[in-house]
Amino acid sequence: MDIVKAKDLVFEYIRRDEEGNVEGISTAVDHVSLQVAQGDFVAILGHNGSGKSTLAKHLNAILYPTEGTVWVDGKDTSAEENLWTVRQNVGMVFQNPDNQIIGQVVEEDVGFGPENLGVPTKEIWERVEESLRAVGMYEHRKHSPNRLSGGQKQRVSIAGVLAMHPKCIVLDEPTAMLDPSGRREVIRAVRGLNDVEGITVILITHYMEEVIHADKIFVMDKGQLVMEGTPKEIFSRVERLKELRLDVPQVTLLAHELRKKGLPIPEGILERKELVEALRNLK
Amino acid sequence: MAIIVDHVNYIYGQDTEQAVHALQDINLQIPDGQFIGIIGHTGSGKSTLVQHLNGLLKATSGSIYYNGQDIYDEGYNLKDLRSHVGLVFQYPEHQLFEVDVFSDVCFGPKNLGLSKKEVELRAFDALRQVGFPEELFYTSPFDLSGGQKRRVAIAGVLAMKPDVLILDEPTAGLDPKGREDILDMVKRLQQESGMTILLVSHSMDDVAEYVDRILVMDHGRVVFDDVPRQVFSHVEELEEMHLAAPQVTYILRDLKKAGIEVDENATTVDEAASTILQAFGKK
Repeated sequence: MDIVKAKDLVFEYIRRDEEGNVEGISTAVDHVSLQVAQGDFVAILGHNGSGKSTLAKHLNAILYPTEGTVWVDGKDTSAEENLWTVRQNVGMVFQNPDNQIIGQVVEEDVGFGPENLGVPTKEIWERVEESLRAVGMYEHRKHSPNRLSGGQKQRVSIAGVLAMHPKCIVLDEPTAMLDPSGRREVIRAVRGLNDVEGITVILITHYMEEVIHADKIFVMDKGQLVMEGTPKEIFSRVERLKELRLDVPQVTLLAHELRKKGLPIPEGILERKELVEALRNLK
Repeated sequence: MAIIVDHVNYIYGQDTEQAVHALQDINLQIPDGQFIGIIGHTGSGKSTLVQHLNGLLKATSGSIYYNGQDIYDEGYNLKDLRSHVGLVFQYPEHQLFEVDVFSDVCFGPKNLGLSKKEVELRAFDALRQVGFPEELFYTSPFDLSGGQKRRVAIAGVLAMKPDVLILDEPTAGLDPKGREDILDMVKRLQQESGMTILLVSHSMDDVAEYVDRILVMDHGRVVFDDVPRQVFSHVEELEEMHLAAPQVTYILRDLKKAGIEVDENATTVDEAASTILQAFGKK
């Protein structure tokens, strides 16, 4: 069963100058079709302005397609009667943790979503507890979000989405503003949600190290879907990724360089131990 | 010798219960024209240290000398110091405010009391140095992409014609190509105009690639101060500080353990590739 499906999705917006006169029309998403299976961990890559975030905003009906259709759990996102179901099924987490936290106390913040869904009080607290445990923030439940690190705040944001019991979570560059240890914390929490809770994850990121375990990767450029495949398939095309202004993990890059210089190493090496193994076999 | 930092300590909220010893006995010599990377975990004191170098924060004890003069001497012109030591904050684009790019870059030199002609010349030069396209000089800074905004913000500091340029995480939140563009540009500034550069960064891979010297900070102290290959040979100690060596360094260490004779202290992809090729008799 596909939790998310897009067919020929097009999104255009009208650019206006300061006086509000129309300057032209831009196409941010250009005929994108994709499917995400329930329970998958999917990554979307692409440089700034490639249309990733615009695409993501279609998945929980923040934006509606200009052309084409998006279905979430089989429901058309453009139909008004589906709006609440769609938003409850697909939760979003954004880049800046400070823009997403409103509560004075961590547990209140996490309870905000289910409260708005009309969940009974007792169940709200159960959900708050289970969500905070899932991201490893339970011991901070009574703290003020102001005193948390960036990675911790971002995990609270994720817990807030989790408490709404979504089937799918879309994370739009959740680690871009974090330091390396904050990044690791967040990615570990996200992978846990996918592995343990079976929640579908759609992760938008610039950090290639975060996507090497994904089930599938989509690469966007100029609003179009230009590559699609497993991490191995995607990262065996180093030159193409460079053309698309994307980074390649250092390990993959090193393997690629060695291969170019004549060492018979397989393409698409993603992890240190793979490369070390491949080189050992050559000795 | 451009800057000497002598036994500097800095305590936040001294005489209160929340006093934090943010810098502890810092001693540094920063000669002209060096490219220095400053790395450290969040909260290790990196930003606090750089804010001392142009007198934004005043040390609780100790001295700082700029070109032989004690900047804490009575009558020392701190405003003058700040035009020599330019500081680009994190997310500097948040500080853009003028109606167009060119006026924004003019703001700094205008405040130095220079003639209109000189101000405009400097702004023009600075924008050219950061590789900003001329046809966008008169657009609103708010219509630019993230990478372009950051260039404008850096140009604003360059227009003051500083001898020392300090950048606090200049690539945070940019896409991979944007990161590379900014760092290449900074490297060019150092090589062509002999500017001293201090780069605060979280990315070990970037630091390894660009700088001549690395300062590692932890709990308000400078723990290592050496060339990249020496610093990154302390892998275990770095990990204890929640830092890491570049990925390639780890690969080389693994190879060495596996009995392949490589130079385990190489820190960039190129260096790593060449030592591996050598070990396999390919060069």
